Amino acid sequence: MRLEINNMRVFYGKIEAIKGISVVVNEGEIVTLIGANGAGKTTTLKTISGLRKISEGSIIFDGQDISNLSAHERVEIGISQVPEGRGIFPGMTVLENLEIGKYFRKNRASEMAEDIERVYTLFPRLKERTSQAGGTLSGGEQQMLAIGRGLMARPKVLLLDEPSMGLAPMMIQNIFNIITEINKSGTTILLVEQNAQQALQRAHRAYVLETGKVVKEAKASDLLNDPAVRAAYLGTGANNPG
Amino acid sequence: MNFAVVGSQFFPLLINGLALGFIYVLVSVGYTMVYGVLRLINFANSEIFMLGTFATSIVSTTVFKFNIDSHPSHGMKLLLVLLCCLLASMVTSAVVAVLVELIAYRRLRTKGANRLGSLISAIGTSIVLSEGVRILTHSIPVASPRVLSKFYVFKIHGVGLRIDQMLTIVFGFILFFAVDRFVTKTRLGKAIRAVSMSEENSRLMGINLNRVISLTFLIGGLVTGAAAFMYMTVYEQTVFNVGFNIGIAAFTAAVLGGIGNLRGAFYGGLALGLAEEFFSVLLGSQWKEITVFVVLVLVLLLRPNGLFGEAVQQTRV
Ligand SMILES: Nc1ncnc2c1ncn2[C@@H]1O[C@H](COP(=O)(O)OP(=O)(O)O)[C@@H](O)[C@H]1O
Ligand SMILES: [Mg+2]
Repeated sequence: MRLEINNMRVFYGKIEAIKGISVVVNEGEIVTLIGANGAGKTTTLKTISGLRKISEGSIIFDGQDISNLSAHERVEIGISQVPEGRGIFPGMTVLENLEIGKYFRKNRASEMAEDIERVYTLFPRLKERTSQAGGTLSGGEQQMLAIGRGLMARPKVLLLDEPSMGLAPMMIQNIFNIITEINKSGTTILLVEQNAQQALQRAHRAYVLETGKVVKEAKASDLLNDPAVRAAYLGTGANNPG
Repeated sequence: MNFAVVGSQFFPLLINGLALGFIYVLVSVGYTMVYGVLRLINFANSEIFMLGTFATSIVSTTVFKFNIDSHPSHGMKLLLVLLCCLLASMVTSAVVAVLVELIAYRRLRTKGANRLGSLISAIGTSIVLSEGVRILTHSIPVASPRVLSKFYVFKIHGVGLRIDQMLTIVFGFILFFAVDRFVTKTRLGKAIRAVSMSEENSRLMGINLNRVISLTFLIGGLVTGAAAFMYMTVYEQTVFNVGFNIGIAAFTAAVLGGIGNLRGAFYGGLALGLAEEFFSVLLGSQWKEITVFVVLVLVLLLRPNGLFGEAVQQTRV
């Protein structure tokens, strides 16, 4: 598995949201993309998953140019996105949400029970709520469900868009622990976060995105100690918990 | 107000209302399912209905050589004729519905046109279809020969249930139930529900959006076509603009139950069919057609989300 984004440019009408970025995600890594609100993190993920059209540049996945594949075809080849704001189906039960995560799989019948069990082992709270409507879950539970649903497709690379958004500190720890665990069991992860502290602690490598451009690229541990990054994204001095 | 008549005619009115109501239910399923996935009112649905009524009529006259003087059929022949007419109507409506989506809506959608563009395209398609049939039929209503003799299944004290009404009620119920099960229980049905909740998130599940949209038009068309067949067995006449009143009524029924919601179409359709029959006796038959508009205006004013409001939005198609 190797995901390679080359000189990608993306427009909303005439507004250029992504101004030629290049990002590489290698097999087994957690790569994080950090940046302030509006930097273009979500747009980047949506273009990788095929929800938005790339205007220039290319997206290469396992050596194949996938720039022109539609979103559902990209799920089939192993790219799953857990969207910002969770995007679970509110009128469906927890179980139905998980089942639909496997919508396209050819051997879904034989994989279904096993993968649902795997998600429930990862998130025991979901198992207790299996027939509850998704819309009635708490924010943290919805995030668990969104991640679990993403895993149902057995992705090679999982794209996570701000999984910590709007969660209580305890729950944030919980979610990041599970992201690390998912990665250790073999899924490559591209993690978008505003919570740079947590993201940099968990990731192997990181890119800093500012107004549609990559302004920094380094090992995550190096960025944790980078004065400019600390000032811009981690807060400085006595207030800094990290 | 004529309450005494309502009392003495309660059962006939109930039966008439239910038969009409089930026709509304099925046509409003067509509106509500499309609205669910595209947030678009498919104005062409009334013409999809109209073409179904013509298909029914054409099959009975050309394939089975019925004419106005023919005697109604019996036994296996009757069953065969009814089934063929039903099938023809459903297939015609479904094919037209899928084509309308492909030709009139899909290109606009993929080019990123706004909702207003699609709405205008919907109205245009509706006009093209009905005017096309107007030209072909010279605006003359087409009376369909009687295939099914209208006997009473039972009759007690002068109150009875006619076979065509019974078929409409029973078959309407079965068909609605089947669609409801399909949408709530099957994998494809769940994909339709997922798209109606969020188009983007459905695509992230690997759902082929265009295919699900075609499937939705297909089901909506099949059900609307079935309603057209029932309409023909009950009323035995059609005309190029037959869809207009039925379309408005079915749309009202969908709004009444909360558009986008399948069960809402069921309750809304029955409520409207019954209201039309009872009010026409209560207030005079000149009020029959107006009932629909009064209900539509009242719902839009008082309960724009439909009678069932937010509670059913959770379970929308
Ligand atoms: N649907 C849209 N239409 C127009 N502009 C958009 C749209 N979505 C995002 N943008 C713009 O693109 C830029 C990047 O947004 P986004 O990718 O959501 O950033 P982030 O996820 O980093 O907060 C912002 O300037 C935003 O205003
Ligand atoms: Mg974002």
